[in-house]
Amino acid sequence: MSRRVVAVLAVLALLGVMVVPTMAQDEFVFGIVLVGPEDDHGWSQAHYEAGLYVEELIPGSRMVFFPSLNTADAPEATLQDVVQNMVDEGAQLVLTTSDAFEEDTDGVAEAFPDVTFINISGDNVLTGEAPPNIGNYMGQMEWGKLIAGCAAGLATDTGSVGYLGPLINGETRRLAASAYLGARYCYEAYKGGSAEDLSFTVTWIGFWFNIPGVTLDPTEESNTFFDSGADVVISGIDTPNAIEVAGQRAANGEAVYAIPYDFVDSCDIAPDVCLGVPYFNWGPAYVDIVQSVIDGTWAPAWDWEGPDWSDINNSETSAVGFVTGAGLSEENSAFLDDFIADLAEYATNPFVPSSFALWQGPLSLQDGTLLAEEGQLVDLLDVWYLGQLLQGMVGASE
Amino acid sequence: MKSRTVLQISFFILPIIVSLAITAVLIVAVGSDPREVFEAVWQGAFRNSNAFAGVVNFWIPLVLCSMGLIITFTAGLWNIGVEGQMVMGAIFASWAARTLVLPPPVLVGVEIGLAMLGGALWAGLVGLLKTRLGVHEIFGGVALNSLANVAAIYLIAGPWQPPEGGSAQATAPFPADSLLPPVSAEFPVNLLAVVIVFIAIAAVIIALRGTRWGLELRATGKNPRSALLLGVPTTRSAVSALMVCGMLAGIGGAYRVLFTYSSLRPFVSGGIGFLGLLVVLLVAVKALWVPFVSLLFAVILAGSTRLRVALQLDQSLAGVVQGMLVLLVLLANGLRQRFMERDSRRPEAETRDYPLITRPDTEAENV
Repeated sequence: MSRRVVAVLAVLALLGVMVVPTMAQDEFVFGIVLVGPEDDHGWSQAHYEAGLYVEELIPGSRMVFFPSLNTADAPEATLQDVVQNMVDEGAQLVLTTSDAFEEDTDGVAEAFPDVTFINISGDNVLTGEAPPNIGNYMGQMEWGKLIAGCAAGLATDTGSVGYLGPLINGETRRLAASAYLGARYCYEAYKGGSAEDLSFTVTWIGFWFNIPGVTLDPTEESNTFFDSGADVVISGIDTPNAIEVAGQRAANGEAVYAIPYDFVDSCDIAPDVCLGVPYFNWGPAYVDIVQSVIDGTWAPAWDWEGPDWSDINNSETSAVGFVTGAGLSEENSAFLDDFIADLAEYATNPFVPSSFALWQGPLSLQDGTLLAEEGQLVDLLDVWYLGQLLQGMVGASE
Repeated sequence: MKSRTVLQISFFILPIIVSLAITAVLIVAVGSDPREVFEAVWQGAFRNSNAFAGVVNFWIPLVLCSMGLIITFTAGLWNIGVEGQMVMGAIFASWAARTLVLPPPVLVGVEIGLAMLGGALWAGLVGLLKTRLGVHEIFGGVALNSLANVAAIYLIAGPWQPPEGGSAQATAPFPADSLLPPVSAEFPVNLLAVVIVFIAIAAVIIALRGTRWGLELRATGKNPRSALLLGVPTTRSAVSALMVCGMLAGIGGAYRVLFTYSSLRPFVSGGIGFLGLLVVLLVAVKALWVPFVSLLFAVILAGSTRLRVALQLDQSLAGVVQGMLVLLVLLANGLRQRFMERDSRRPEAETRDYPLITRPDTEAENV
């Protein structure tokens, strides 16, 4: 028996030609940890491409990344393992790009006090729970969802819009609610409909992407929306299932549309049914973060950044954007441009307190609790921590 | 005698070399240097004590599950439900960690005890479904795996969600006193768990070789009908085998939540139970090999984290190596059996073989 063991060990040893990796001088290595695959046409790809953008803009910078870090896809790796690998590779900055990593980032940051960490979409810096080497960053997707909702409200002929939600938390509730407010406004203001006639239904699949046997299947749920009379489905999940389904059904002659999410080019999957896509453009923020760490000027902060209102699709400056899709009619495109211009005017008006457009009373939560009285603006943090969906929306709040 | 040992070793080593060779060809085909890849995996596992800790932390639950599966395989059962049993163990341990306030050593004892109970009960269900209702343990196991995952996700997204509102990806971290402490910051592994693993290995080997229960399991596994006729309580054997496996898997689940993640997560079992099935197939149900083959798997898997970070290669390459390894070893086992069948010295061969994986007709004289 022992001889066999020795033999196995010998084979292992054969593999172990140790070579110490040499690190180039003046190189700045930064790590990006992704919750999904880097080519998901959604959330994770947007982060990955931002990393490439940094490499392009900051000479000597090099990205190392780890995709699909979650218990289902990478059971052998914890955030600690991954960061250890990145640090051993020379990383001085690690971006953990999901709220799923929020708690773990705190612990790992304590273990690596000399490394700077950025957790995307967490709020532990705001709440004071984070160690001093962590920063939080998030784009104000509320604007993008207002625009997406508007596009849906303009395009729907059946007066029924579906929202494919991931799991339920403050972020997902406020984004679904923003889409609803945009849809309701444009359905009334441009289309001449009445808010009561617009049905806006949220289905939560239970996770950021499909996990067979555990989440609801987003493909099936998209079909269910269309089967039950919706003609527009807005996606709130990491993967582009809704637009894939809409594309297939349109190929069979149905007049259905979808609005994907997260990634700038996700309309390409089925351009003709795409009303547009609200997307994150992490690149500019990442460049700033990397540069400030290189310069030694980085300081922890909780940043929640809006679009560049002079051009929301300026890839060098705007954190959030909206690309109008080929599925939106010319007339509706014009309406949408008006709407975006109105938003820009609202957001840049120095006399309006910092707030999101349309998040203005009278607004009530789903259980009837008053969120804002007539004319009152909802405070930004109350939007961030939105505890329920809004009255008028159909779907679970928790 | 000697030549047969050489033959057996070559039947074990050859598939490893062939699978590495095939992997190397694949790596070349995707435009990388296989030497670099193997180096990266090796460094991923062994470059420093922190890296090796990652290997050990994966190895601990894998060995526990595999040793449990040795028992169920011996009893002739395919305990696919081992994943769910891990998850149930994790849930029970999490309940204790979240709820009970006890002095740390007592609390850890209670957590592990409850984890064993949870895993055993969940496995007992598989046994009941099989023995009372005639549901095959594979189907029962698959269903119960799903249910255990749904239960975990329900708890994470519902009653156990963190106070600031859940993202459905983890409960709030458990209190520090309820967690298993690491040896050190440089070698974050829990010592108690390592001790438990060695005890489990010894206990399973002794139980199977040296106790009446072990004999009954083997009889049940070999030929349940004859065993029953000979007075072996086969139903009890089967259910008890499952429950003991569930206990071990439960401890594995507890380790994932009380050490690896410090919180309950969805899919906390991470397919380790399924990997355990492969381990046991690979070692042809020989218990003593389990820790070594598990280590090999842990090295390949944990080491492959480095593939992505250092070489930007897909870490699922590790899965390819693994799958290839299992296929080729099974193939080699089949070939070896044929080879040995023709061997005239057949009767004195293979007395240590446990029966399930081998064909009952040719191995009957081993009982």
